[in-house]
Amino acid sequence: MKLITVAGPPSSGKTSMLLRVIDWFKEQGLKAGVVKFDCVASKDDERYRAKGVPVLLGLAGNLCPDHYFVTNIEACARWGQSLELDILISESAGLCNRCSPFIRQALAVCVIDNLSGANTPTKMGPLLKQADIVAITKGDIVSQAEREVFQYQVRKVNARAEVLQINGLTGQGKERLGALLTQAQDIDTLDGRKLRFSMPAAVCSYCLGETKIGSDYQMGNVKSIAIPDVPRPEVS
Amino acid sequence: MTDSIQSITILGGRSKSGQPEDVNLRLVPGDLVAVVGPTGSGKSRLLADIEYIAQRDTPSGRCILINDQPPASELRFAWGRKLIAQLSQNMNFVMDATVAEFISMHAECRDNSFEEAGLEKLIGSVVSQANRLTGEPIHPDTPLTALSGGQSRALMIADTAVLSDSPIVLIDEIENAGIDRRQALDVLVQNQKIVLMATHDPILALLAHSRIVLKSGGIADVLRSDEGESELLEELQKADAAIMAVREKLRRGERLEGPGFKIS
Ligand SMILES: Nc1nc2c(ncn2[C@@H]2O[C@H](COP(=O)(O)OP(=O)(O)OP(=O)(O)O)[C@@H](O)[C@H]2O)c(=O)[nH]1
Ligand SMILES: [Mg+2]
Ligand SMILES: [Zn+2]
Ligand SMILES: [Zn+2]
Repeated sequence: MKLITVAGPPSSGKTSMLLRVIDWFKEQGLKAGVVKFDCVASKDDERYRAKGVPVLLGLAGNLCPDHYFVTNIEACARWGQSLELDILISESAGLCNRCSPFIRQALAVCVIDNLSGANTPTKMGPLLKQADIVAITKGDIVSQAEREVFQYQVRKVNARAEVLQINGLTGQGKERLGALLTQAQDIDTLDGRKLRFSMPAAVCSYCLGETKIGSDYQMGNVKSIAIPDVPRPEVS
Repeated sequence: MTDSIQSITILGGRSKSGQPEDVNLRLVPGDLVAVVGPTGSGKSRLLADIEYIAQRDTPSGRCILINDQPPASELRFAWGRKLIAQLSQNMNFVMDATVAEFISMHAECRDNSFEEAGLEKLIGSVVSQANRLTGEPIHPDTPLTALSGGQSRALMIADTAVLSDSPIVLIDEIENAGIDRRQALDVLVQNQKIVLMATHDPILALLAHSRIVLKSGGIADVLRSDEGESELLEELQKADAAIMAVREKLRRGERLEGPGFKIS
């Protein structure tokens, strides 16, 4: 089974794009399944199920979805193997721009849309930098010049990745993306594999449920913003 | 690679209802082709197939040949200078940049390496070209998203004309943008390009040497323009000039009187 990790900002077109690519997989006689990771709610599982795609939905609740991902992906991979899938895709909405669910030797796809702003790629962190494939969606809404400029901005951040434009509504580009995805390596087990990028070091009192504001309530791994010439409250 | 385009060929696929399209249309540099048909008949789809250099891998099943051959993969997906310039129906920019920033970024990614002075000049020439097409002048410091529909369209056209020397140009309905469509066409259609233009405008349609007629998703016919149509075109252009003159007078707050405004 191949494992493909797909991540991108909320509503960037991940599910639309994947549903199209999964159609293409079916035409090639390949069976794909999906695990969707999200924060509080998602209806993506219904969209996959409606297309007959086996799907798991994992909601991270008060955890970062990428932290939740890394603690659950191995079990999900075993689920995929038990269904004899050819391809298991994980879809996660990368939210904090600091985490990314990419695993070494598992093909990593970043989905980003043409509307997200010319400077967004430079702000995106490992989600974009560590991807093998960058799929840019919603090109139908912008001019050719804007597509070119945006793609160029993406290249500046990640020159190594295969960058392609795909339309989540019509599926234009799905054949090329599909062909790239089928070149992913097969995996036997994830046990002992490594993330491409460490998750943030963030065990502070707020990670543990604190809600009150003030220096008295801050504990653990806390970082103060630099503000010139203003006395800062001491961190205990 | 882009300067050696001798032809593109459209091989038919099938219409939305699965009817096969009996089409084998070869276009050569200098050809200007109109794409006509009701809204929703698949004009934009045809242009998208050409832009993608479809290889029977889009919903229409069409195949586009370049120089009588399927294109090499580099040609389809290559980065950098484009074989095909496309002016789609978008009437507005969404990018968060000023006009000048946008032109510089676009020039940079088209890998034209400019000195700063060269870049200034380039921005100036794109903006002044755009301002020839729109009545509301564009300033280089204006954010793209603050441009009106007409200004955006004029800038897109000027940018395409000045920055991309693509040998194939696809135009999707330039008429409904409140810009001078005849000038726009002149700017885009320099000699020895292959131009396809989706249009509802009779003058633009008749300016073309031939017309691809679309019906319910499929190419229903390809018509060559004839002498009778050329004569009709002249009449229409006179009428159009008269209407433009009236519009201009009204705009200036003048009265319309006298036989000067009788049409034909
Ligand atoms: N115009 C256009 N709309 C698109 C395209 N791709 C996706 N959309 C639309 O964008 C919206 C979000 O698409 P989704 O596929 O749900 O995005 P997502 O990334 O899976 O969203 P989450 O999983 O909720 O984070 C939907 O309304 C889609 O129809 C595209 O290429 N063009
Ligand atoms: Mg989704
Ligand atoms: Zn995170
Ligand atoms: Zn914390």
